[in-house]
Amino acid sequence: MVDTEVLHSITTESRKPKAENRIEVENLSHAYPERRALDDVSFSVSCGEIFGLLGPNGSGKTTLFKILSTLIPITSGTARILGYNLATEVRIIREFLGVVFQHPGLDGKLTIVENLRHQGHLYGLSGKTLHHRISELLECFGISDRAKERVEILSGGLQRRVEIAKALLHTPRVLLLDEPTSGLDITARQQLNDYLGVLAQTEDILVLMTTHLSEDAETCDQVGILDAGRLVALGEPDALKAEVGGDVILIESIDSDILGTAITEAFGVSTVLTDNGLRLECERGHEFVRDVVAAFPDEIQSIHFGKPTLADVFMKLTGNPFQEMEDGSTERRGHA
Amino acid sequence: MYGEVGVCLTYLNEPQGKIKNLLPIITIWWREIIRFYRQRSRLFSAIAQPLVFWLLIGSGLSASFRPAGTSDETGYIAYFYPGIVVLVLLFASIFATISVVNDRREGFLQSILVAPMPRWQIVLAQAFGGTTLALGQGMLLLLLSPMIGIRFGVTSLLLSIGVMALLAFGLTNLGLLIAWRMDSTQGFHAVMNLLLIPVWLLSGAFFPSTGVPGWLAWTMKFNPLTYGLAAFRHSLYLDTTTKAFGEAAPWTLSMLITSLFCVLTYVGATLTASTQAN
Repeated sequence: MVDTEVLHSITTESRKPKAENRIEVENLSHAYPERRALDDVSFSVSCGEIFGLLGPNGSGKTTLFKILSTLIPITSGTARILGYNLATEVRIIREFLGVVFQHPGLDGKLTIVENLRHQGHLYGLSGKTLHHRISELLECFGISDRAKERVEILSGGLQRRVEIAKALLHTPRVLLLDEPTSGLDITARQQLNDYLGVLAQTEDILVLMTTHLSEDAETCDQVGILDAGRLVALGEPDALKAEVGGDVILIESIDSDILGTAITEAFGVSTVLTDNGLRLECERGHEFVRDVVAAFPDEIQSIHFGKPTLADVFMKLTGNPFQEMEDGSTERRGHA
Repeated sequence: MYGEVGVCLTYLNEPQGKIKNLLPIITIWWREIIRFYRQRSRLFSAIAQPLVFWLLIGSGLSASFRPAGTSDETGYIAYFYPGIVVLVLLFASIFATISVVNDRREGFLQSILVAPMPRWQIVLAQAFGGTTLALGQGMLLLLLSPMIGIRFGVTSLLLSIGVMALLAFGLTNLGLLIAWRMDSTQGFHAVMNLLLIPVWLLSGAFFPSTGVPGWLAWTMKFNPLTYGLAAFRHSLYLDTTTKAFGEAAPWTLSMLITSLFCVLTYVGATLTASTQAN
């Protein structure tokens, strides 16, 4: 349908957010002709928080992202962003949204400044205000000296910085990022995660990001874990991890099957066979490691002992191992 | 690396009153122009092929083929000329709209789609961009018109440019209508070869409808580009006495249908853009 949202909404007055500084999603479902992508998802995030949507590919996080970023219309359930209804007040909501897509949203043939100016104009910024704002962001992101370079020659990490600067240009109240760390090396990833955390707090912005990396989600204030379109967990990372019993132990062996049965018989703990070997959870893991190595010195090739991660939470809740993709690989685009 | 966050987000004084509605349109238009300027090889690809067609086919057929209803003084090369200008317009507008396909693949279009501007503005801006580029390239070709004996007065020149602009706008919108549905540029080329080239061939650009078999004459009658080309021929030869074409649809009807074509393709492109999520 033709965009019929009223034009007069973009006055100074209307741009002020309503009192509710949060995103509220209730019973959101979405189905593509071929499959159900989201199934009765509900959550709520406040400004100042960074919310991570964690899930493997195909879990529905990109669909949820596209709905929240107003790219695909809401079909079932409700979502309110800063008090505005996503189904009926898209035009106003777009004023408050800053969106960073997974696929680069920059024009490689344009320079950094030209890209930012283009974005500013789309949001009605111009003249001195825009100029001031651009130099401020260039300064802030440490890219002032490269402002006149074409985007196509910049490194991936630098391009991502320009992307985020671009999304922040019109001072959004809500920043949505789809897999912002994909394609970045570990240092750039940490820097970005740290930055987003500080940004959310100091500027009272609501940051919502999707990720398929559990380490990224660890740095969030709140995490929602999606599996096959359903939100299987919601809460603070530490609280979620506390639900996994004690410590996580991974054992590699030549014949994991036999060793698994033997361990269960000897220690009374259940083991799960994964691609990486035998996996089990237990209290006081350090003592268990000592005992199990003493009991099966020849069978165990290696043993890994660690505190639970969000990937362990996912596994405990869904029974499936959390498939993290190798960094740098490209995700298939589409209704993921 | 990310600097001091605190200084990063000083809140702006919001633009007073309404958002400047024209600004988003101008900026999208401007980007199309800049991109073209930075990929100048596009100029060559849109103009070279039609020019070669014109010179080879036009000269080759001049000896054996004289379009029905034309005088002895003008040859096939003169008859073919307006068709070649329209082919340049077609190529240039279509190449311009291919950028929509690329933008979508690269993700640039998504950031425009989530901006607070309605789809009709996005399409209008893209259409203006393509029209400007196509018109510019078509006007380069117009420089060759004295070679085939066309004499311009002010009216005929302005009118010719106006008709070219209309045609460029319609063809760009036709391109947008297709581009907004396409995921790959390969698909676009297929449509170009299977649909757009035949539409051009059957517009009277290549041969007049006089004397062709009935079914072909009817196909040409229902081809909107036939009227665009007729309007262009009329305006080109407004100030020239020896016309290099015979029968053509009357001026008013041609202009009317061409304008209608522009409106319909624009509405079609806007509707297509509005139903596409990304």
